[in-house]
Amino acid sequence: MAEAVAGGAILTGAAPHPRRMSLSEAAVARLLILLLVALLLGIIALPLASLLSKSVEDGSGAFVGLRNFATYFSTPTLVASLFNSVAVAALATAIVVPLAFTYAYALTRSRMRLKGLFYAAALLPVFAPSLLAAISLTYIFGNQGFLRGALFGNSIYGPIGIVIAEILYALPHALVINVAALALADGRLYEAAEALGTRPARVFRTVTLPGARYGLISSAFVVFTLVVTDFGIPKVIGGQFNVLATDAYKQVVGQQNFPMGAVVGIVLLAPAILAFLVERTVQRRQVALLSARAVPLEPKRRPLADSLLTVFCGLVAGTVIGTYGVAVWASFITYWPYNLTPTLANYDFERFEPSGWDPYWTSLKMAALTALLGTGLVFTGAYLIEKTKQFGAGRFFAQFLAMLPMAVPGLVIGLGYVFFFNAPSNPLNWLYGTLAILVINSVAHFYTVAHMTATTALKNLDGEFEAVSASLKIPFWVTFARVTVPISMPAILDIAVYLFVNGMTTVSAVIFLYGAETKLASVAIVHMDEAGTTSAAAAMASAIVLTAIGAKLAQLGLSRFVFARLQRWRVR
Amino acid sequence: MRSWITAALTAGLVCGLAGAAAAQTKTRLTIYTALENDQLAPFKRSIETKVPEAEVVWVRDSTGVITARFMAEKDNPRADMVLGLAASSLLVFDKAGLLEDYKPAGVDQLKDTFRPTKGPHTWTGMDAFLGVVCFNTAEAAKDKIAAPGSWADLTKPEFRGKVVMPHPASSGTGYLMVAGWLQSMGEEKGWAFMDGLHANIASYLHSGSAPCVQAARGERVAGLALDMRGASEKSKGAPIDVILPKEGVGWEEEAFGIVKGTKNLALAKKVADWGATREANELYSKTYAIVAYPGVENTPPNYPAGAEKAMIKNDLGWMAENRERVLAEWSKRYEAKAAPKN
Repeated sequence: MAEAVAGGAILTGAAPHPRRMSLSEAAVARLLILLLVALLLGIIALPLASLLSKSVEDGSGAFVGLRNFATYFSTPTLVASLFNSVAVAALATAIVVPLAFTYAYALTRSRMRLKGLFYAAALLPVFAPSLLAAISLTYIFGNQGFLRGALFGNSIYGPIGIVIAEILYALPHALVINVAALALADGRLYEAAEALGTRPARVFRTVTLPGARYGLISSAFVVFTLVVTDFGIPKVIGGQFNVLATDAYKQVVGQQNFPMGAVVGIVLLAPAILAFLVERTVQRRQVALLSARAVPLEPKRRPLADSLLTVFCGLVAGTVIGTYGVAVWASFITYWPYNLTPTLANYDFERFEPSGWDPYWTSLKMAALTALLGTGLVFTGAYLIEKTKQFGAGRFFAQFLAMLPMAVPGLVIGLGYVFFFNAPSNPLNWLYGTLAILVINSVAHFYTVAHMTATTALKNLDGEFEAVSASLKIPFWVTFARVTVPISMPAILDIAVYLFVNGMTTVSAVIFLYGAETKLASVAIVHMDEAGTTSAAAAMASAIVLTAIGAKLAQLGLSRFVFARLQRWRVR
Repeated sequence: MRSWITAALTAGLVCGLAGAAAAQTKTRLTIYTALENDQLAPFKRSIETKVPEAEVVWVRDSTGVITARFMAEKDNPRADMVLGLAASSLLVFDKAGLLEDYKPAGVDQLKDTFRPTKGPHTWTGMDAFLGVVCFNTAEAAKDKIAAPGSWADLTKPEFRGKVVMPHPASSGTGYLMVAGWLQSMGEEKGWAFMDGLHANIASYLHSGSAPCVQAARGERVAGLALDMRGASEKSKGAPIDVILPKEGVGWEEEAFGIVKGTKNLALAKKVADWGATREANELYSKTYAIVAYPGVENTPPNYPAGAEKAMIKNDLGWMAENRERVLAEWSKRYEAKAAPKN
């Protein structure tokens, strides 16, 4: 609702008589930032606080100081879990970031063919519920898997499985950020370099890499925190290998010990706060890449590099598609591995799930609303933080709040929402159990990556646009609506699709929030898998994947249309 | 032809309106449950036949999730009843003062183990579920492993790295097994047995049914899991035997209770009355062999015979009181040496 207000302000502001405003431009900026902070407090900070504050309480709610922390830190398994979590996350980050960067480079800076398809293929993991990767990996590398020999006698159940699955899971998140970082570049720098006869390797080192530094660092922290906080994959495929997120799961779901779950949640926040501080430091040194005089880079044909990059992308995309293809294939199998007769029966969800296909439609509605409202909020918010100059403390705080959700396991966000929105004293508690709460929760849960994508795109735009507007006495909201939004359309569509597909696949937070009429497809998948009907779970997951791919294709089509109309000025 | 279509449409409309009118007089009763998906429709039908003014609305999830959710909502409960949830969870709710004291009609004729022996009547048992062994005969034949007749057999070296069981800290099924061994063998022998078993365990899984599913898929040879999951996997075509080891098996029960402060108390009481009837127990017995009502007997397809005799003497109160201590000891023994095996 508040984003509707913000949107309304922009629309009325865009009317042609801005000078007769009763509020000064600075006051409007300050007001909007205040609104943003209030909104983020309500959907992120307060729900989290209402769970995390339980870390200093005992089971009955009495204050016990730091006793829970003392208990937790004296548990011998903690050190092992902490070490395991950090090791797995570091390894996954070290593999994913170079992969994602190279892939993004091929998508943005080469003349490789079929870029749209390659982009869509690498985003596949984000299109699929994470359970699907785990199902696939057990079918491929499990003790009955057809490629189990490839692990040389090691088991997929443990660190190997976790790392492989996390790489697949994190790749698209890192890719989206790196594509945003590499998509905009000033062609003049490259022309100058070429005119000076600079060798390509040196151009890469001195022009390309510094320009993409922000994206690289952001994506490294995104991957690290995503892996540290994910419990879905370790829970299914982690075997004996304990990590912090499964510790939280054991405390909360296994023993309903909310205080101890909150303690683990706070331990998990550490990497996020670190990420925030590093991000601020890097940001100070980031220079806008796309000045108002910039000329968009048009990649030149480089036969050798283009074909090498095509081979690389083919390998990565092939691995991703192959892995998920196995799960789709599994959805047509009667009983793996003992009865491989193909069947369509697994798609007749009425047999496994009392509400049949209903959860699918609920998910579709929920994801569409998340994309619609979320994109508006995230992009407007990022603009206010990046491009306005008023109320520095407010913008700093909003930036901090925007970075928080990624560091918190979905489990913690979901429970926080229960505690906060279900409280009898909360005037908003009528929202509880409705579709609206699922939408709000999903926007909050996936805020960070969407925010980083918007920020990365905005950072690459020269502040001169605002400066020129100011000297022409055009308020920032007109610049926002007439210049920033059209230029950033590709990133905005990326954000919308990102929010949509995550809304379709999310489980960990919404499992505590869905009501009797708002059961989601992703939750139905978990239920069907728990009930042992793995093929039906794979079938529902395949339906989700297809839908998400449809959304992505729609984006590609729209993007082409938008590019054709709004980005034509970029081409000389 | 056209008049036929019109007639059909009119009939449909009339039925629809009548249905809508009937629905309007019904009160929605929200029930939190961990029943299996395929049980929900028949349970709803049976309840609504007996209590026509109620419209049952299920919120269903796994035992751990639904229990955590209920506890998280305790300041403003959203459920009218809980039904088909582990008795240990209801004991947790009861301890937090969240359940209404109501003795359903005819509850006294239920078997003793299916109702509270002392104090207020806050919960009523429905059926018992057992911790059994799902044994994959196809994989065992490849490795020439004989079927385990006893728990002790599972500690033999040929099972090394081939056994999975639920993690007792994540799954109620895992805990009922550990509690079962400690109660039936005595603490000392129980821990000694688990030391031996631990050497063979490939992994402790975070779900009560996953071990059996893994055994059914041939990922493992033996999975310690819920009885019902074993029976249903076998019915789906898995080459498994559901084995009740001869020392006896640990068990728990499903139960129901009314949430304190519900706006639909009168209606909830009627549903609770239904829950203690013979008719309801016949429904329970379609999935579970052992139910609360004496004389209701049915062995679901592929369910192991002699289940009632295999049940150990189990004290639900002991399980609740000793949970933290047992889990701490378990964690100290088996989680500290986290070295992953196969």
